[in-house]
Amino acid sequence: MSSQLQPEVHAAARPKPAKPLNRMKRSDWLWAYLMIAPTLLGLGLFYIWPVVQTIYLSFTKWGGFGKYKWTGVDNYVLLFQDPNLWIALKNTLIYTVLAVPASIAISILIAVLLNQKIKGISFYRTLYFLPVVTMAAAVAMVWRWLYNADYGLINYLLGTVGIQGPRWISDPDIALYAVIIVAVWSSIGYNMVIFLAGLQGIPRSYYEAAEIDGAGPVRMFFTITLPLLTPSIFFVSITSLIGAFQVFDLIYLMIGKLGNPAAESTQTVAYLFFTNGFESGNGGYAAAVAVVLLVLILIVTAIQMKMQKKWVHYD
Amino acid sequence: MKKLVSLAMAALLVAVAGCSGGGQSATPSDGQKSGAATGEKVTLTYALWDKNQMPAMEEIAKKFHEANPNVDIKIELTPNKQYWTKMEAAATGGTLPDVFWINGPRIIKYAANDVLLPLDEQIKADGVDLGNYPKALVDLYTYDGKTFALPKDFDTIGLWYNKKLFDDAKVPYPDETWDWNKLKEAAKKLTDEKKGIWGIAAAPYGQDNYYNTIFQAGGSVISEDRKSSGFDKPETIEGLKLWVDMINDKVSPSAAQMSETESTQLFESGKVAMVYSGSWMASAFNGNEYTKDKVDVAYLPKGKENTSVIHGLGNVIAANTKHPKEAWEFVKYLGSKEAAEIQASKGAAIPAFNGTQDTWVKSMPNFNLKIFIDQAANAKAYPISKDTAKWAKLETDYMTKAWAGQMSVEDAAKELAQKMNELLAQE
Repeated sequence: MSSQLQPEVHAAARPKPAKPLNRMKRSDWLWAYLMIAPTLLGLGLFYIWPVVQTIYLSFTKWGGFGKYKWTGVDNYVLLFQDPNLWIALKNTLIYTVLAVPASIAISILIAVLLNQKIKGISFYRTLYFLPVVTMAAAVAMVWRWLYNADYGLINYLLGTVGIQGPRWISDPDIALYAVIIVAVWSSIGYNMVIFLAGLQGIPRSYYEAAEIDGAGPVRMFFTITLPLLTPSIFFVSITSLIGAFQVFDLIYLMIGKLGNPAAESTQTVAYLFFTNGFESGNGGYAAAVAVVLLVLILIVTAIQMKMQKKWVHYD
Repeated sequence: MKKLVSLAMAALLVAVAGCSGGGQSATPSDGQKSGAATGEKVTLTYALWDKNQMPAMEEIAKKFHEANPNVDIKIELTPNKQYWTKMEAAATGGTLPDVFWINGPRIIKYAANDVLLPLDEQIKADGVDLGNYPKALVDLYTYDGKTFALPKDFDTIGLWYNKKLFDDAKVPYPDETWDWNKLKEAAKKLTDEKKGIWGIAAAPYGQDNYYNTIFQAGGSVISEDRKSSGFDKPETIEGLKLWVDMINDKVSPSAAQMSETESTQLFESGKVAMVYSGSWMASAFNGNEYTKDKVDVAYLPKGKENTSVIHGLGNVIAANTKHPKEAWEFVKYLGSKEAAEIQASKGAAIPAFNGTQDTWVKSMPNFNLKIFIDQAANAKAYPISKDTAKWAKLETDYMTKAWAGQMSVEDAAKELAQKMNELLAQE
């Protein structure tokens, strides 16, 4: 019975093949461009043009307040000799490699749990989504207090069971991981919603069929849920990866305080960009940092695009 | 299509990152138009960063508006940490507020890049007497022979102490006879590890802490001609070591601890007995239930030289303001005796206008504020150069390492001096 249903679902889900493009009339093309023109203009003016300008500025040296002179590749030569760049790249990489998979794995798990019929489901969904609607500044402030090694709640609780808690946000060896925990915590809600939407697009009939065939919940998760969720996972991994490469706000707000011994071991590429561009007024140098970050993200995203054929199932 | 999306996403990053990318600064338009002449309503923005001074500034703005009904003052408060980031972007984009606070480290950069209005003509025309302000402050805001600001206030550093903790440890209160040895001795006696109380908070702050001791030891931060660093001088290193030694002796919280809980916060909650901090803390300590009656302030303990650091703010006008006439009227009023008295009576800051400081001293009789005025006489000016921000960042980085014990004080200071000299050579 259920096996007969399958092709029908597929046929319904698949969109009708579009007309071949070359048969479209000229006026159709014109209208199409007219329709997307506002977006295209906005994109060009506010996204593409600044990129071009940033690349241009990366070849200049700033005097003050936008006065600059052309210095060729000087900024890049200096940048690649700057030990801070390598520290920042290393930190960004550690952050990305740990935060992104952890966030995705936990989000999927919670999404699957919240996709059940349990009492008060919307309450739990709201609970998990709450960090997303909270400002990063507020999140950082609260966690700063929780993490406070001398007077914070976390170390107090650890103390009651006889554990001497670490200096979460001022120990150079630990601070980055403390930030990663907060980053994962605050990103779960958003990713969870996307996975929930993905889960609800999976036809129930698959599970019914699997149940009749005698598959357990774990088997069903790995053979039905996970493969059919791959488009969502792909989307989330691309956006989170780009987000992780640009991480700045949490680190700036939780660590970036005058005289924090962990400041150097938590600086990321975006943080390096900020301190150079906005604190020491090296606009051109900061632009070079931004370009390096852009190239890095482009490479990683291109690799992901290439790899998707191997693991993303669109039907 | 997907490729386009990801490209657009990558582009978005740079767009966000590079939002200050505008190359040319906007030219002032219709700069001649003056509200007073036409009698039309004019709104001036006045940017500042200290929340503690808001009541006084609002009062001054109100009084000014009463006298000049056609001019409204809109006060823009930006926390200290973001203030200069914001001004930097505003100056680049040509959107500086009409009137704003400036400090020593920034003045030369802003003046040299023509974003400030020179005030000499107006000062001459209206007969403003610069002799009303301490000479050190007038000099601080003079660049290339031109005056760019009217001094607003000044601040010096004092030794704030918690009387209750001194009583508990049976240590006599600090007075003008104290020197570095007395300070270290008292810090040791006041420290009570079991209760979690430290004698002093030795935070890696320049103006509050180590600039004072560097000057007292006979060292310097930057040479007189602003061309070379003073960090490699043995005297300077001595001034830095005093602080790091106190951390190593465990009479101060560690650098890590003070980066999580601010030194003044520790002081306000009775966890440290002494803290070097500025006159600007007076109104905050006065408004805090705990510190109001329990703390007082004394002269800084003496080193080889009897000196400390002095710094003061100024009010400046943006070069491209649309209302230069009204802005000047407002700055003139801000620099007047009347405005100084308002500042003083609210306890906001020590007014720069000579003869009004006494009102400030009397505004909080529970503290011995006279020491801040007395210390101004021997104080040395806050160290600056044309592009202070560039080396100040390096200074923070190296001092952080020295304070955390990741580098010895000597190595940190010497390396900093070398890098700072490279930067100064480019100025």
